[in-house]
This record gives sequence, structure tokens and C-alpha cells, in this order.
Amino acid sequence: MADLTARTPCSGVLPFSVGSVTLEETDPGALTSIAAYNGQQGALSDALDQAHGVKLPAANRTTGRAECRAIWFGRDMALLAGPPPDPRLAQHAALTDQSDAWAVVTLSGDGAADVLARLVPADLRSAVFKRGHTLRTQVMHMNASITRTGADSFMIMVFRSMAHTLVDELKTAMEGVAARG
Amino acid sequence: MRVDGKGLINRDRKVRFQFNSVGYSGFEGDTVASALLACGERLMARSFKYHRPRGVMTAGSEEPNALVTTGRGAAAEPNVRATVQEVFDGLDVRSQNAWPSLKLDLMEINDLAAPFLGAGFYYKTFMWPRGFWERVYEPVIRRAAGLGGLSGAHNPDRYEKAWAFCDLLVIGAGPAGLMAALTAGRAGADVILADEDSLPGGRLNAETHRIDGIAGCDWAASVSAELRDMDNVRVMTRTTVTGAYDQGTYGALERVSSHLAAPAAGAPRETFWRIVARRSVLASGALERPVAFENNDRPGIMTAGAVRAYLNRWGVLAGQRFVVFGNNDDAHRTAQDLTAAGAEVAALVDSRTDARVASADYPVYTGAVVTGAAGRMGLKSVTISGNGLSRTIDADCLAMSGGWNPTLHLTCHMNGRPKWSEEIAAFVPTSGSVPGLLTAGACHGDFSTSECLRGGARAARTALAELGLKTSAPDVPVADDTPYAISPLWAVPSKGRAWLDFQNDVTVKDVRQAAAENFRSVEHMKRYTTQGMAPDQGKNSNVGALAVLADATGRGIPETGTTTFRPPYVPVSIAALGAGAQGEGFAPRRFTTSHDASVGMGAPMIEAGLWYRPSYFPCAGETTWRQSCDREVGFVRGAVGVCDVSTLGKIDLQGSGAAELLDFVYTNTFSTLKEGRVRYGLMLREDGHVMDDGTTARLGPDHYVMTTTTAAAGNVMRHLEFVHQVLRPDLDVRFTSVTEQWAQFAVAGPRSRDLLNGVLDTAIDNENWPFMSCGGVSVCGVPGRLFRISFSGEHAYEVAVPSRWGESLFRLLTERAEAIGGGAYGMEALNVLRIEKGHITHAEIHGRTTAFDIGFARMVSNKKDCIGQTMAAREGLIDPQRQRLVGLRPVNPTGELSAGAHLFSIGTESTRVNDQGYVTSVAFSPTLGHMIGLGFIEGGPERLGETVRLVDGLRGIETEVEICNPVFVDPEGGRVRG
Repeated sequence: MADLTARTPCSGVLPFSVGSVTLEETDPGALTSIAAYNGQQGALSDALDQAHGVKLPAANRTTGRAECRAIWFGRDMALLAGPPPDPRLAQHAALTDQSDAWAVVTLSGDGAADVLARLVPADLRSAVFKRGHTLRTQVMHMNASITRTGADSFMIMVFRSMAHTLVDELKTAMEGVAARG
Repeated sequence: MRVDGKGLINRDRKVRFQFNSVGYSGFEGDTVASALLACGERLMARSFKYHRPRGVMTAGSEEPNALVTTGRGAAAEPNVRATVQEVFDGLDVRSQNAWPSLKLDLMEINDLAAPFLGAGFYYKTFMWPRGFWERVYEPVIRRAAGLGGLSGAHNPDRYEKAWAFCDLLVIGAGPAGLMAALTAGRAGADVILADEDSLPGGRLNAETHRIDGIAGCDWAASVSAELRDMDNVRVMTRTTVTGAYDQGTYGALERVSSHLAAPAAGAPRETFWRIVARRSVLASGALERPVAFENNDRPGIMTAGAVRAYLNRWGVLAGQRFVVFGNNDDAHRTAQDLTAAGAEVAALVDSRTDARVASADYPVYTGAVVTGAAGRMGLKSVTISGNGLSRTIDADCLAMSGGWNPTLHLTCHMNGRPKWSEEIAAFVPTSGSVPGLLTAGACHGDFSTSECLRGGARAARTALAELGLKTSAPDVPVADDTPYAISPLWAVPSKGRAWLDFQNDVTVKDVRQAAAENFRSVEHMKRYTTQGMAPDQGKNSNVGALAVLADATGRGIPETGTTTFRPPYVPVSIAALGAGAQGEGFAPRRFTTSHDASVGMGAPMIEAGLWYRPSYFPCAGETTWRQSCDREVGFVRGAVGVCDVSTLGKIDLQGSGAAELLDFVYTNTFSTLKEGRVRYGLMLREDGHVMDDGTTARLGPDHYVMTTTTAAAGNVMRHLEFVHQVLRPDLDVRFTSVTEQWAQFAVAGPRSRDLLNGVLDTAIDNENWPFMSCGGVSVCGVPGRLFRISFSGEHAYEVAVPSRWGESLFRLLTERAEAIGGGAYGMEALNVLRIEKGHITHAEIHGRTTAFDIGFARMVSNKKDCIGQTMAAREGLIDPQRQRLVGLRPVNPTGELSAGAHLFSIGTESTRVNDQGYVTSVAFSPTLGHMIGLGFIEGGPERLGETVRLVDGLRGIETEVEICNPVFVDPEGGRVRG
């Protein structure tokens, strides 16, 4: 039997740095979309907490930390990033494996927010968009999920198929920011 | 001429540039206009219509005359204002709209023909003969009149767009703007201060005012230094706020590198900002207006404020012998500043009889006006008259002032109307015109420096109070508080032409002519004369022109009103507005996991929506796509073919309401589908027409996976959201796209199972994987999914693995298929295969066809309700005479078919009334050896066997075709069960 080889969405094009900003691919672990069934939000949040130590996040928020994070992912949906989901969660929510569906990158360094300001129509100022805050918004023409993971770092997710466009857009913006010195 | 010791330029840094291929030098901090003036060049441009010699009139972005082109070739930038463009080493500037040269412009003949070229000339003259306008007149006129041109080449420059957010946006960094920003910045608010100049300070840099005992420009420098040091303040210079939009959003154009000799790599030329501000303060100052008198457009005639700006900001005397002409006290400063700089002022002419002039060492004429100017290529003298006397005075520079207009344009961008103020003889903004925007300083109608400073502080405090931020009362510095005194003077009567709109070559006569022809509304006058149009947007001419119109129509200015100022305030290049979207930036590129492998195999990629898919995979020796395509069709019909079908939409549905939702959106029933089975489904729009089709698999009791066509994946998802959120919120179902999660490959052909069994950890057979079965499998140790479905009509499967394994599995399947006489196939072969099988795509379900039309009426179950069912049952939609799906084959096997052709009965003419249908898809069938097609024809299946004419007027094809069953290959369907 032959062996299959895995390839990540951004392999071959990341990482790189321009000026003080670095773009690298992030391995978020397993990604599972979790959509609570009618009336199950509370029970799901408790079950999530019990199984993975994270509560169901409110809109535009995340819970947990890098190794296990629940990211608000749209209407009635959260994305569990890190461990494979406890199967018991399926009593309360639709669980869908999305581990291979997203290109996940981290943009970090002094000026990372300025880079995103060239592509993202949302207010990402640190006083407004704090560590652990998340958004479903756009990166140029792509629908994206953006989470602030640190003072100068952001996790950005777009459809896997758009990985190359994402990298191209970010690179151009990084060059524009770096050119201003 | 430069004046020693004056100006805010860096005299240690000499800059060399070219104007019309002649070398000039200036200093760092110069604009093209200031540097040329310093070199004694007054002639800079030719006018739009009459090709009149023109010099610079202003010192800012409102400049109507000195428009130039910078750069060469594809990087050339037309219509750049010489007053805005900063000089740098190697800058290449050319004048435009002149041939063969600026000094000798043959098109100046237009000026001699001026009596015939006045307002309305085009409309009256070029109406006849019909059709000549587009073919003859317009091209000739366009060539003779115009501004700079584009290179016609692809723009190689980089442009950028960006967003910014703040509590307070301050527009303009003059005394009012600086004070507003300082007040808000010290209070801790998030502030953006935007100014179009390279140096903050506004008029403080152009005047000799003192603030708190120091020079105004020094005060501005110290305040901007303090602002730059604040973390909560962003000072954006070279940034013109161009428009006010909803929700506190402003457009702004930043000149990032157009002033640099060697921009850093990757630097954009310009950035178009969208600034979202909770509150904003407009402190955009005022624009000085010219006075209309005969030949008031001669090079050397400038606004008085511009003459002061060139002297105080750039240390440049715009001439050697000056006459100052105005109707207000402000103009007097010009004479004072010039005298103090040692220049010769030949006369100060004030139209007011009661003007008071402090002791002066130059001749003063009150109650007098300038009636004319002489000197075609540059001012030589002016004629003044007043108190019964008339005299000619030699001068090479006339500084004129008709008063100041508040720069209130932005307050009109959301349909605000300004109000007329008799006191300052100008329009002032109406408060509340733009929600959240306050005005301060000169743009508010407060013209003294002291009032500007107080107004800026006041506006900032008001804005911050509305935001709930505390401010302390700032110490407003002491500054000049002289009241502004003016008596209106719009046009000096003359027999000759007196310019109102320099950019569009509109004179007093033109406006009077418009009024005489009953174009009395200011909007009609504007369109009849072109006054205030184009880049100028009435900045210099608006009030003067409507004052003349008011006079000509016997009305007051307030009754006459003003035209609407629209965004953008200054011209914005389309390249900046569309930054990032040029070429491939137009839309995201979606690549399948097999993209690199396909490209590596030499496949030309074609777009399917945003996806890129391989068209075909050329082999050595093949010279046309048809050869490759025929071979690939042969793989599937004869052995096995592999095709990446990951682009099809995949939607995962779970929950107790999933089955009921599917029954509601599909015409057929899915609640009865057994686990581990797949069913083809048809989806209708509410109006009964087909929306999409695809297969849906039942993976568990409450778990389905729906597939959609590639192009409609987004639409179907949106449709499901609508149905669930709006029509059936009671259903407990959740769905999400899994299109990207799975890399899915069609494995089709008689040897498909052999190929698959080589990669599946557990072999399958016809008993455990019959046609239309599905389930989980292990592919080389990777958990995957297998669906036994067929688009080609052959024994076929689709195998899916998580995307990370996709490329690897594609290479493996392709390699192994090749070993057994098959291989990869692309979109061309896929299309031929499905046409041979009579399978529809969006070529057939194009939005105007029903289930009945495509022969699927029996798929609309009447045992349940579904979206579109009722409307699909309308009489007109089930009329047997409707155009319905059929197959088409040429009567003569070599006959050519084409998609888009229309169908006519034999013996009828191919005219619209005889049109019976059309062809949607055609292909050469290598299996049958002739072309085949799908199309729609009246009566459809009732006409099987009839011969009709296929006519393609575009391609000149006419072929007799036989109407046949749309399934050309294996109509019994035996092969899929193989």
C-alpha cells in the first residue's frame, strides 16, 4: 500500500518577513465547527468546558488559549481549534471537521496592525480589538476570520483554496508598510 | 526671484528637475510652481479650450491653470497641479495641451475664433448633419480641447488602499485644525489630523502673522511636533480628504511617494484611505477668489494670497514690479509683505471708495479697479480706472483678491446646502450638513487667526463632549484679531473677455449668454457653459459665476443659489480607488489541491467561478486541444480517468430537521433515502425555475452531505440560510460548507474499481458498493469517503480525502491510471462525457428553464410541498409547446453544431418570428464520431426524429440536424451499474 503525503495550505510560500513584520503558517491542531442545536447553547457550553476547559465564546470573542481555543465563527457557530472534539459534544451540537478547510497564518511584529489596515475594513485598534477578540470580516476580497493573539500578532484564516491569494495580498501590504519606514 | 532669508525651504539642498526638457533647479521644499517662479518662468500651461497662455494662479490644490504631466511612458501622470507637485532630483515635468510647444501652440487659433466658440456653441453648431457629431465633430474637438492624456499602457505603479479609525478626524492643519487636534490630543482622544500640504500650518506658513509672539509658522511647527509625539495622534500630511460619506466615513488621498526621487521598494505612489471617525472637525480654510476683468488670465496675474504664499513660504517673488488689486483689507497685506521684502509695489488698487489704508510707501488708489491687462505670454501692464481717471501701470505681477470663499465643499457631499453670508460676501456651511461633522476656522466663515484658533478648540471640545470624553479648556494663544472687511466686487465691466472659470475657459460673457438664452437656473447655466465642471468643481469660479448670473437675471445671490459640490474634492486616480484589484487582484484565486500537479503536467487552467481548473492535459505529439480531449474521453469510455471535482460545493447538514429541510428545498424526497445511499436532487427557485442540481448522500440518521455545482455553491448556501432562517426556523438543523475540507476525485471508467482497489485498504465489489452507494473508506490509511456516482455515464466513483492528502492522492491515482491505459482528464473531456450522456449543467439550467423543460417533471414530487412547486405548476410553465430539452445530431455526420445557434423548421426563413429554439451545449463525440448537441426546441420530445435547421448567424454555420433523445451513449444506463 502506498503512503500519502500531507501538504499544508501555505507550504512552499511561507514563512517570510518584510521589514518588522513576519508572516508564518500556523498549525492550529484540529479544527471543528460546533453549531449548537436549538436551545442547546448552555448545555453545549458546559459540555465544552467539561471536555476541553473552554466555554462557548460570545460573538466576536474567543475562549481558551493557543493549544485549545474556541473561536466565535459566525451565527450560532464556534470553531474549536486544538484537540479533536469530545464525541459527547455531538449530543448538543453539529460537529464538522474543518481541519483541512482553512489556511491559517499568523501575522506578527511591529506594524502588523498597519498591514491589516490595508486589507481589512474593520477597526483593529488595540483599544477596540483586544487580545482574544475575533472577527468574521474580509481580507481584501476574501471572507476571513481574524483573531488577535497578542499585542502585535493576529491569526488570520481564509478558505484553504485562497491561501496563495492571501499570502500575495499580505505580502503586498507588508511591502507597502515597510516602504514607509 | 528668490528673496534671501525668507521661506520654509531647505537652501542647503538644491534639487534639479526638468520642465519641457529644460533643466531647472529649486530647493527641497519647493513645488514645481514655486521653483519655476523663482527661475522667472511665468508661462506654465495652455488653457483648455482657447489654448491661451497661462501661468500659475494659486499656490494650492485649487490651481486651475498650471496643470502638468509628470514622468514618461506608462508611468506618466497627467493633470498634476504644479502647485502641489514637490520637486525632486530627476523630476520630469511637461506642459500639456500644447502643440508643438508651450510657447508656440498652433491650437491657439481657437482663441482667434473665440467669438464663435462661446457658451452653447457646440450645441448649436454641431447638431447637423445627423450622425456627424460622433464621427467627425467630437473627435476633432476632443483633439483640440483637452487636458493631459494617459499613456495607453498598463499602469506599472503601485497604489494602495487602507482603512483608519479614530475618535476625531481633523481635516486641515491650519490654525483651526492644529488647535482642534491639540485640544483633542491632549484630552487623550484618538485623533487623525489630515492635511493636503507637505507641511502642517496652512496659511500660517504663507503669512507673516505672529502667534503668542512667535512667527505663525514656528508655532505651527511646534504644535505639529507635539502632536507627532502623542501616541494617540496620527498626523497625515500630503493627505487630502476627498469626500464625506455615511456613518462618519471619509475618503482621503495620500501622496505617498510621488514627491520622492527614489521611493523605497514596494512603496505605493498613492494610498486611498477610508477614515472612519466618530466625530470630525472640518478646518479646511478658505480659497481666495479672482476678480473678473478683461484678460485677467494673463500669466503673472495671481491671487493675492498666492503671491504672499510664494514670498513667505518659498521665498519667491512672483515678479519684479507688482500691482495689488482687491476689494478687502486682507489684500493690503500683500503690498505690505512685498514692500517689506524689498519688492517694488507700483500700486495698491482697492475698489472700495471707503477703504482705509495705513501709511504706505506705494501709490494707493481707492475706489478704483483694474480694467484690463496686457502681455500675451506674460503680464506687462495693467490699466486701472477710478474717480474718472484711467491710467496704465507697468507690472509683471498682479496680485488680485475678490475676497475669500470658505472651503465648505465637504459639508455639501451629503446634499447639504450652504447659506449666504452678507457679512463676508460668501457662502458659509450649514451646521449639521454632515452628521458628526463640525466646522471651524475660515471654512466656518471666521477669518481672523485668533477666531480660527478659538474655533478649532471649541469644535474639538464640543465633539469630545458628545463622545463623553472630558477636556479642559485649552489656553488659546494670542493672535491677530483684525476683522475682515470686504465689499463685493465680482466683475469689472469690459468689452473683452473676462475669465470666471480659468480651467474650463468660461467668461462673464458666457454666463450672461446663458442667462439671455433662459438658462437661468444655476444648474442649467453650469451645464450650458461647463463652468465649475471637471476637476475644478467650482473651487475658484463658483461664487463669481453665480454672482454674475444673479446680476444678469436680476436676482440676489441667495435666491440664485449654488451648484452642488460633489466628491472628490480633488481628482483621485482610478488606480488609487481600485488599488490591489488590478489584474489578478480582481478576485481571489481558488486553487484545488491538485493545482500544482496539473500545472506541472502542462494543463492550461481555465476559470470556473473563482476556481482554476485544468482544461486538458496535453501529451507529447498533440497539437490541438481536441486531440487531448478525445484521448481523455477515451480513457473514461475505455479504461479509467481521474478528475479533480473538489470544486463542487459540499454542504454538511446535521440535526433532526435535516431530512425535512432537504425535502423542502429539493423537488424530490430525501427523508426516504437510506443511510449509505446517494440520490440526485433538483432544486427550484421560488418562481418554479431550476436553481441547481446535484447529489446528496445520507451518511447517518441525521447527517447528509449535499453537493452543488461549482458555480452555484455560494448561491445554494445562501438559499439554505434563507430557507432555514426565514421560512423554516422551526427545523433543528445546522449546516456548514465542507467544500474546502475534502479533496474529491472522480474515478470513472470500466476499470475504475480496479484502480480504486489499489488504494483502498479494504477492497470493494459490486455487492457492497452498488451504484448510488456511499460511505467511509480508508484510503492508504487515511480516513476518506467514497461515493459511487457518475457524471460520465460510466462505472464511476468519487473518492474524497481531507485536503492535506489531496495532491498526493491525485498524483497516485493519475500515475496508476496511466499504468492501466487511463489517466487524468480535464474540463473539456468532462464536458464531452456529460453531453454524450445528456447530463445537464448550468448551460441548460440557465435560470429560465423549469423541471418540465428539462424533462424532469416527474422529479417534482406531489406527495409533499417544496420550494417552487406551486409556481412551477403554472399553466404557462407546463405547456407542451414550451421549448424543451432535446438532443441534436447532424443529418450529415460531418455537419457542424455550435452552442448559441438557433433552430428553425425546414423551409422557414431564419428570422426572429420563426425561431423555434436554441442550442445550449455541443461537443464532438469521439465515441460516436460526429458532433452532438443539447438544446431547447418548441414541443421538444414530441418532435423526436424531425429534421430542423441549426443556424448560427455569428459564426456563419447552417446545419440540418435531427432532434433526438438527449442521452447519446448508453441510454439504458447499464454501464453505471457495471
